[in-house]
Amino acid sequence: MAFAPAGNASSPPPGEGVVHARLTGVSRFFDLPSGAKLHALGPIDLDIKRGEFFGVVGPSGCGKSTLLDVLAGLISPTDGEVWFEDKRVTDVPDGVGVVFQEDAAFPWLTVRDNVAFGLRRAGFDAAETKRRVDYAVGFMGLNDFAGTYPAQLSGGMRQRVCIARTLVLQPRLILLDEPFGALDQQTRLLMGDELLRLWRETNATVLLITHALDEAAMLSDRVGVMSARPGTFIDFVETKWPRERDSRIVSDPRFGGITARLWEKLRVESLKIMGTQAGHK
Amino acid sequence: MITREGWIRFGVVAALVAAFEAACRFGFIPRTVVIAPTEMVVSLWRLIESGEYNDDILSTLRNVLASSLLAVGLGFMTGVLIHALPRLRAAIEPLLASYYAIPTFMFYPVFIVVFGVGDRAIIAIAVLLSIVAMITSTLTGLDRIPRVLRKTARIYRMNLPARALLIDLPAAAPYLFTGIKLSFAYAFIGVIASEFILSGAGIGYSIAYTYNNFNNRNMYGLMLLVILVATIANTALDMIDRRLQTRLRR
Ligand SMILES: Nc1ncnc2c1ncn2[C@@H]1O[C@H](COP(=O)(O)OP(=O)(O)O)[C@@H](O)[C@H]1O
Ligand SMILES: [Mg+2]
Repeated sequence: MAFAPAGNASSPPPGEGVVHARLTGVSRFFDLPSGAKLHALGPIDLDIKRGEFFGVVGPSGCGKSTLLDVLAGLISPTDGEVWFEDKRVTDVPDGVGVVFQEDAAFPWLTVRDNVAFGLRRAGFDAAETKRRVDYAVGFMGLNDFAGTYPAQLSGGMRQRVCIARTLVLQPRLILLDEPFGALDQQTRLLMGDELLRLWRETNATVLLITHALDEAAMLSDRVGVMSARPGTFIDFVETKWPRERDSRIVSDPRFGGITARLWEKLRVESLKIMGTQAGHK
Repeated sequence: MITREGWIRFGVVAALVAAFEAACRFGFIPRTVVIAPTEMVVSLWRLIESGEYNDDILSTLRNVLASSLLAVGLGFMTGVLIHALPRLRAAIEPLLASYYAIPTFMFYPVFIVVFGVGDRAIIAIAVLLSIVAMITSTLTGLDRIPRVLRKTARIYRMNLPARALLIDLPAAAPYLFTGIKLSFAYAFIGVIASEFILSGAGIGYSIAYTYNNFNNRNMYGLMLLVILVATIANTALDMIDRRLQTRLRR
């Protein structure tokens, strides 16, 4: 049993080079209470291919979460256009799942009801809902907590609830904003493996925002490195990992090289931020 | 389960009542002033048994219930409306904040003129006294809904009614319940106090009546009843409140 309908896992790998989501000339400004405008993001041109695992790293405050919001149709870009599956994105499109950076578990529902929430709304019948929820709850190591309320769980476990809640719907585009931030290193690696497995099984397209360079290097087909705010992509690193992969590739000789290249770019951007902060003091 | 503090609190109250009882029994407090607590219990028992005050008790409870329901319903709707109009809110929030500095009760002549002596005037005063607590709690509750939950609702492509019912309402529930609890307490105060001056029925009226007729025994029995009803209702609401708070704490 898996998230994907039977047969899907054995279907041929997703078409190479087919664009799944596209951003053209996207910028986002925020109006500050002072009346000033804050340039948070862009301009960005980006194509994410169908079935691609795309990682995003960037210094904090560079606009990563804003990028996610724009891509998910939660906020509109100030300039430019967002496309998903050949349709212009103006609101949240069908087929997009998001795991937010903040804790978004519903505190008034048990773990089980949290995970079932989207399925029930989408009108799945009770049997199918139960099947998927059972699978996801087990998959995320939450079996012993199925009847528990989020308030009794650790931050890491709550985040797993949110991941499960998103994945049961089998979104075609999965956006994750630092989803493993609250987890310890071992759990983080294992959850990464699970995410890879799921990505393979469902042929989903994944955009993963992370502040952990090794995580980006290990999971992604391609990693985009963002500049300090206003965030733009200053480098793309193709990892060329095989589709069948797991956390053991950290011992691959190329792994260190990829991480080093990411850090080289990111170090400069991070220093810029430290510099401006020091300058404000 | 009763906590350690709970036992201490119980002990303190019990000791005070016992000391009071002794003071009455040994004549330190004259019977014409206060009767002993045990006598109050006996008196309350008798007056419930005789059914003499049943109509008054029912009338009071009915008015408290009606006032709380009105205050909660109208207060909630007003809160939602004010929340949706930030401009209006900014203008009237200071008024709401200082509302309880004004002794609303003094306007009772106005209510008599408008509604006449009777239940409607009593309910109007009680609602006026309790509604602002509900408005304030509703505003706080709506403010505290985490933005990420609103975003989550949009990811599930929920329309406004669905979001309001399935996300906003449960997310704000702990604060709304605090409002309900406060509204009930204020409504209870408002009804009993109004009955002293603008009614010919109810527990408040009966306390005033027994007082004027030197019927100490019944007067203290009725006072005990008020204390018991208030305590039991408040304890019950508190228990629900605490359960909501621990479950919904984020
Ligand atoms: N709603 C908003 N209003 C004003 N400024 C915002 C808003 N959302 C984000 N920002 C600002 O935009 C910048 C980018 O934020 P964000 O996308 O959250 O960064 P990251 O996720 O990379 O840490 C930050 O400076 C942040 O303060
Ligand atoms: Mg962020």
